[in-house]
This record gives sequence, structure tokens and C-alpha cells, in this order.
Amino acid sequence: MIRFRLRHTKLGKLRFISHRDIARVWERALRKADMPVAYTAGFSPRPKLAFGLALSTGHESMAEYLDIELRPDEGLEIDVTTLPERLNEQLPPGIDVTAAAPLAPGTLSLQESVTSCTWRIEVPGLAPAAVSDLATAALAADALVLTRVRKGKEVTDDLRPAILSLTITGPTATGTELEAELAVHPRSVRPAELLRAISPGHPLVEGRVLRVAQWTWRDGARHEPLATSQPPREDPDVRPRVAAAVERAQPQPFGERLLA
Amino acid sequence: MTSLWPQLEPLLAQVEKPARYIGCEDGALEPTLSAGDVAWLLVYPDTYEIGLPNQGLQILYELLNEHAGAIAERAYAPWTDLEALLRDNGLPLFSVDTHRPAGEFDVLAFNLSAELVYTNVLNCIDLAGVPVRAADRADHDPIVIAGGHCTYNPEPLADFLDAVVLGDGEEVIAEISDVIASWKGAGGVERQQLLMSLAQITGVYVPSLYDVRFDGPAVASIEPRYVGVPARIEKRTVTDLGEWPYPKHQLVPLTEVVHDRLNVEVFRGCTRGCRFCQAGMITRPVRERPADQVRTMVSEGLRRTGYDEVALTSLSTADFSGIEQVVGDIVGCGDNISVSLPSLRVDAFTVGIANQLQGGRRTGLTFAPEAGTWRMRQVINKLIREEDLYAAVDAAFSQGWRRVKLYFLTGLPSETDEDTLGIAALARNCAAIGRKHTSGASVTVSVGGFVPKPFTPFQWFGQNTAEELTRKMYLLRDALRRERGVQFKWHDPKATLVEGIASRGDRRLGAVIEQVWRRGGTFQEWSEHFDLNLWLDALADHGLSVEDLVYRHRAEGETLPWDHLSAGLHKDFLWQDWRDALAEVGLPDCRWTPCYDCGACTGYALEHVVASAVPPAGGSQGTGQDLSTGGWVPVELVGVRP
Repeated sequence: MIRFRLRHTKLGKLRFISHRDIARVWERALRKADMPVAYTAGFSPRPKLAFGLALSTGHESMAEYLDIELRPDEGLEIDVTTLPERLNEQLPPGIDVTAAAPLAPGTLSLQESVTSCTWRIEVPGLAPAAVSDLATAALAADALVLTRVRKGKEVTDDLRPAILSLTITGPTATGTELEAELAVHPRSVRPAELLRAISPGHPLVEGRVLRVAQWTWRDGARHEPLATSQPPREDPDVRPRVAAAVERAQPQPFGERLLA
Repeated sequence: MTSLWPQLEPLLAQVEKPARYIGCEDGALEPTLSAGDVAWLLVYPDTYEIGLPNQGLQILYELLNEHAGAIAERAYAPWTDLEALLRDNGLPLFSVDTHRPAGEFDVLAFNLSAELVYTNVLNCIDLAGVPVRAADRADHDPIVIAGGHCTYNPEPLADFLDAVVLGDGEEVIAEISDVIASWKGAGGVERQQLLMSLAQITGVYVPSLYDVRFDGPAVASIEPRYVGVPARIEKRTVTDLGEWPYPKHQLVPLTEVVHDRLNVEVFRGCTRGCRFCQAGMITRPVRERPADQVRTMVSEGLRRTGYDEVALTSLSTADFSGIEQVVGDIVGCGDNISVSLPSLRVDAFTVGIANQLQGGRRTGLTFAPEAGTWRMRQVINKLIREEDLYAAVDAAFSQGWRRVKLYFLTGLPSETDEDTLGIAALARNCAAIGRKHTSGASVTVSVGGFVPKPFTPFQWFGQNTAEELTRKMYLLRDALRRERGVQFKWHDPKATLVEGIASRGDRRLGAVIEQVWRRGGTFQEWSEHFDLNLWLDALADHGLSVEDLVYRHRAEGETLPWDHLSAGLHKDFLWQDWRDALAEVGLPDCRWTPCYDCGACTGYALEHVVASAVPPAGGSQGTGQDLSTGGWVPVELVGVRP
């Protein structure tokens, strides 16, 4: 069984497409790139793709992951170093493969192995000092109780154990950017829930949200779920990458494109 | 022109399915506008999911962007949540390509494929910041144009449209663009001059240039108001589909839409002669795309788009010359490629085709017997025998399909309860055939109420009342209630009533449509928004009645609201076909038998473009006779004219 794990972005206008849409985009891109993807057997064969944690529609990400299983015959010939480039040619602007690595047999699935995610959350209308006070208070609290309605019933959770870190990463044009590492278990905490929990009296508005990283826990330390020499960018300023994605989005002058 | 994206972006975070509004499709263009260019905004007046796959709109999008002096972008009706936000924030309708405001385009061109979208047309014009009534528009306002099948009776929208295009758009679109360009070049003043020039183009109808007088419920006369305005507007017909291999770059959306697959049109027009079918009447003659071009468009399209499914589209794809060969070639050109053939005639669906289709994934198969008894099918000239249907269903189930969908109409002329209940009998027998092959066999029966359409032999027929249609639906529901493996679905007879109002209405409906829109009646084809009372109230407020508009039989000599428009069909041919229908007499398919002069070819000096001189093998091929060996032209029909 030949499997690859890919890391890719979801940036710009594309952030408005859903997790299901992303799956379809991938299926088409892999066919366009002529990748020897393995298919399930049976009445309705499906490509063997495994996606990680879903990203909410509207959120951006620097660190989405996807496992692809290839057919044993032709899959052996795939060169992992040129894989990102080969796929990026077929992917829409904003979805860029930034790393690829073969998966060792027996590697846990993304759903099973990811333990936390790091988010950059924009809080519009509040100065860094104000958000900092809220973050400090939240981290000092013993419990952060959040009530939500689930399947018609009110459910109360303590979010505090799921908040692994909170840092102010700077002012933005309209407010403050907060970086948060949030645990995935026992359930994935959403950025909007974090904002409700740390400011129960005055619900904070969720601005732009960017997933910066996903983490697995192994040998007492956190790791990216992909063994690679290309780490996700820690640089708080992701704009250059967004700009690059947008630049790639520029179509050719339409006359040439139609003539081509 | 400026992009509204910065203002739209924060709103999209608050709406359902924001991917509807981002554009970014593979194949989308971001045309740059040069001075003097005519900027077209092609608007589909329904949601993005319904509108994006529309082939007509995609063809015009490419053609206009290739045409010197024109650019085109696309817009779709924003769903009610975004519409409310747009209005609250003072933002207009926008293009999805560059997010430019609709009001900055020179032309708003609507695709009209269903009557229930009419109020959405008004809403989109209004959201563009343009006066909804054509008479209120100033020189600088965009020209509002419509095309598509509903324009064969554009009278209900006459007050709102500056111009209407009849027939195939491929050639006429450039002529219209050039006329607008030269008007713009001359300063863009005197809108009336532009309308007069547009009316000179064959296929273009300018409603404001005609006077309509009424006589009770009927139209008394329709006459040009000025010298030089044609008394009769003829549709446009592209003679050779092979010259128009469009769309060359089918748009691939990022979010799920209907018909989310590669679509290749294999022929246009249909001469099977089903009497209820407006599409088959107004798109004559048959023009097949060369088989090699079909193969090229499919293989290049699959490679470019990454789709694994291709639909060969037409009004009756099994009639395409050499269809088995073409489907076989497509299935052979890649792994896991599935082919779907919408609009399958049961008498042309054979084990051969079923076997070819099973190369890829097997989705459901849909057949349209349309009526439950042979007598009824003779009336509507859909001459398929019960044996044809059973053979097709048997072929499907034997080749591994588990789900078959059957389409029927009820409320057809001269229909009795025996005819209606014949639908249940067919469904029962089909399910039994399915169970011979698989225990999970499922037959879905989908029944719609019949709406008489302009330019068909049934244009004189008084539609069944909503109450009568409901009674028939209940009859079927009760008959099928305990039937194993049969699901029954029906179209809301109340919606059928409103379709009937718009289908054959005249200009007096303009005020009704406007009132329904002003009272919030948008997205009427969506059951959660449809509101019959809005329509009934508006009719009453304007002194109109459903009896006159919908339920009334028209007389032979009556002037119909679309009599000044022409799809080539002779009115006396249609009348004779209507009399033949009531006499239960069939009419053969003229692509394989001698011409009966309906007018669609002879009037325009056209001919069928069909590769095969004989019908495909299998079934009865519209003759009611056993032609399972195929390849021979039937000379006599069952139930020939006495």
C-alpha cells in the first residue's frame, strides 16, 4: 500500500467553500494531474482519500492535511519531491500543496492522531491590551464553562482544559490578533466558542480565522503530522503567502486563454 | 468599474453557502474592459447551483468574450439571506467574475428557462439599481434583454424587458452586441433609437414597439407601433452545430451544483413530435453534432476539467446516430468514467446501451413514458408501447441498475381516470421486473401536472384545474400506497397553476408579476417560498382570473398572445396536429420519413443534420410496431389518420 500525506493551504476567496467541496476539488485535481489514485471496490468506486479535521466554511488555513492512497503498480513511480508542484498546477488559487511525504505503513489516520490545532483569530474592535486582559483572566481561571445547544438539548462544557495556550500576536487593521492552541479532544473547540468562553459578558466578534498548524503528540513532544523538512510557517505575517496564492490566481489575459 | 469584493467579503461570512458568490471556477474569466466595449452581464435568475451549469449561458459567455468589442461576466440571483444584507448595506447585484456592480454593465441579459423565475427577474433588475419597468429607464441605464425557451411567450414580462431574443443565440448575440456598440460609440443617447435598431435584427423582439389590444379574456390584435418595425419576429436557428463546439472551457464550479459533470450537447432539436413538448417544437430541425467532434469534446473536456462523469445532452440522446459506438468509445477512454444519457426514450434504450453505460458508476436511470396508457400516448404522440418500457426497464435492471425513475404527466387532453391509473399499473409491473434481477429494485414514479405551452399543438387546451390535478395525484398516491418498491413523487398542483398563468398569459400579467414581486414573492420555484395566495390576490386586484388565463380552452380563430412571434411552425400545422391528437392519431418522426411541412425547415430553408438515414435499432421507435431489429423506416403508423 503506497500512501502519501500532503499539507495544503486554504486561503483567500476559497475559504468560502465547504469541507465537502474541498474533497471534490481534490478528486478532480488528482484526476487532472493523472495521479494513479487507488479506488474502492464495489458498486460505486470512490478514490481512496482521507481528510483530516474539517475546517469550518469561512476559515482559512495554512495547515490542512490529506492522505492519498495510490495504486501499487504506478504509485511506486511517484516522485515525492515534485509532487507539490505537479498538484499545484491543477489546484485552484488559494489551495497550495506546501509539503508532501510518504506515509510509513501503520501510520495512524489524521483523525486519530491530531491532538490540537493552533489558530490565529482576529478580534475586531478591541485593542491588544483589552484582549490580553481577557486572555490572562481565562488562563488563570479554574474553569471556563460554556453552554451550548446540541440536538435540541443544552449541554454544558468546561473549555478550560482544552485551551493549551493563548498569546496576543499583535494589532490588526481593525482589532487584535489572538493566537490560540486548542485541543481536539474530547471534542474540537471552535474559535467562536473560545471567544464566547473568555468573554461571557460581552461576546466577542469573530473576525478572520486562520488555522496555522495541527499537532500530534509523540514521544512527549508535539509534532507536525507530516515528517518533512518543510515546516509550516511560524511567521505571524501570512500575507506574503496569501499574496502569492492570489497572484497565481490571476488568469491569463482572456484573449490568449480562449485562443490557447 | 470597481470591485465590490471588499464590501461583500464580510457579508459572505454571514450567509448560507457563501461559495455561491465567489466565482473562481475553472474556466472563469476576468475580462478587462477597454473603452467602447459593450459589457454584458449574463444573469441567471435563480440560485448559483441551478444557474451555473446552464449551457446556453456558458456558450454566450465564451462567445461574447471572444467577440471583439464585447466582454461578458455572470451573475446569479442572490439567496434571500444575502439579498437582505445587500439591501441593508446599500450594495447592488454583482458579477461573480470580478464582483463589479451590475448597474455598471451595458446589458443585463437574462436566461428564462422556467416561468416561476419571473419575479426573480424583476428582483435582479431592481437589485442592479435599474428601474424595473422598461418605460422608466433612462439612456444611461443598462439594456435589459432575455433569451431562453420561455421567451416564446415573453408577453408577461413585456413591461420589464427592453428586448427579447428568439431561438439559438450563437449568431445573434454578436449582432446585438455590435448594434449596442455603435449606439454607445455615437454617444449612447436616444435609447428609443437603439431599440429601433435592435428590432431590425432577425430574432430580436422589442415589446415596447408593439400595441396590444384586448377583447375580453383574449387578445384582439398585436401590431407594430411604427413603420419599419417587423409585424412578425422569426426565431434564429444555427444550421450546423459542428461550427459551434461550445462551451470549449466548461465552467467547473468549486461548490456542488446540479448536473455537476461534463456536459456535451450532441444534438439540438427533436422531431419525435411529442405534442406536449415545447422544447421539441421550438428547436426544430434536428442538428446533430458530428460524432468525431463529440468524441473530441468529451476527451478534451474530461482531461481539462477532471470530471469523471460526462452527460451527452439533447432532447432525446438515444436517438443520436451511432450512440452505442460513441458511448463505447467514451467509456473506453479512461478508468472509472461514467456516461449519463439524460432524456432517454424507452423505445431506443437497449441492452447494448445499458451494457455500455455500465463501464463506469451506475447512477439511477430515468425514463419518461409520460402517460399511463397506449391511448393516452397516442394522444400525446409518444408512441412507445408498454413492451418498450418493460424491455428498457428489464435491460436496466439486468445490467446492474437498482433504481429506475419514471416521469409522467397528468392532466393531459382527454385524460380519463383509467389513463391516470395506468401510470400505477406501469409502475407496478416495472417494480416486478426489477425484482426478477434484484431484491432491492426501486422504481420512483414522478408525476407532474401538464401545463400547455405556446407553439405546441396543445396551446389551445384548457389546463386542468389545481383541484382536478390534486384529485388525480391522490388517486395515484392511493393506488401506489402499498406497492412494494415503488415511490411516488408529485409536483405541487398549485405551482403548476402559476406556471400555467405565466405560460400563456398576455401583457396584462405584468402588473400581477410586479405586485407579487413587490410583496416579497421571489424564488417561487422553491417550495419554501412559493405562495399561491400572492398570485391569486394579485390577479384579483388587476381584474384577471385563472379561469380565463389557465383553464379556458382557446378557440381556433383566437389571436394568441404570441401570434406575432414565430418558431417557424405553421399555425395550421399545429391546429391539425391538435385535431389529430384528439382523434388519437400519431405522426411519424420526419427525420426518417417524408416531410409533413410543419414550417420549421421549409420556412427557413433548413434541413435536418442527421448522420444516419434510418432510426436506431430497438423497441418500436415511435411507431408502435416491433422494430427490434431496427434499421428500417416504418411507412405506416398504428392509428394512421383515416
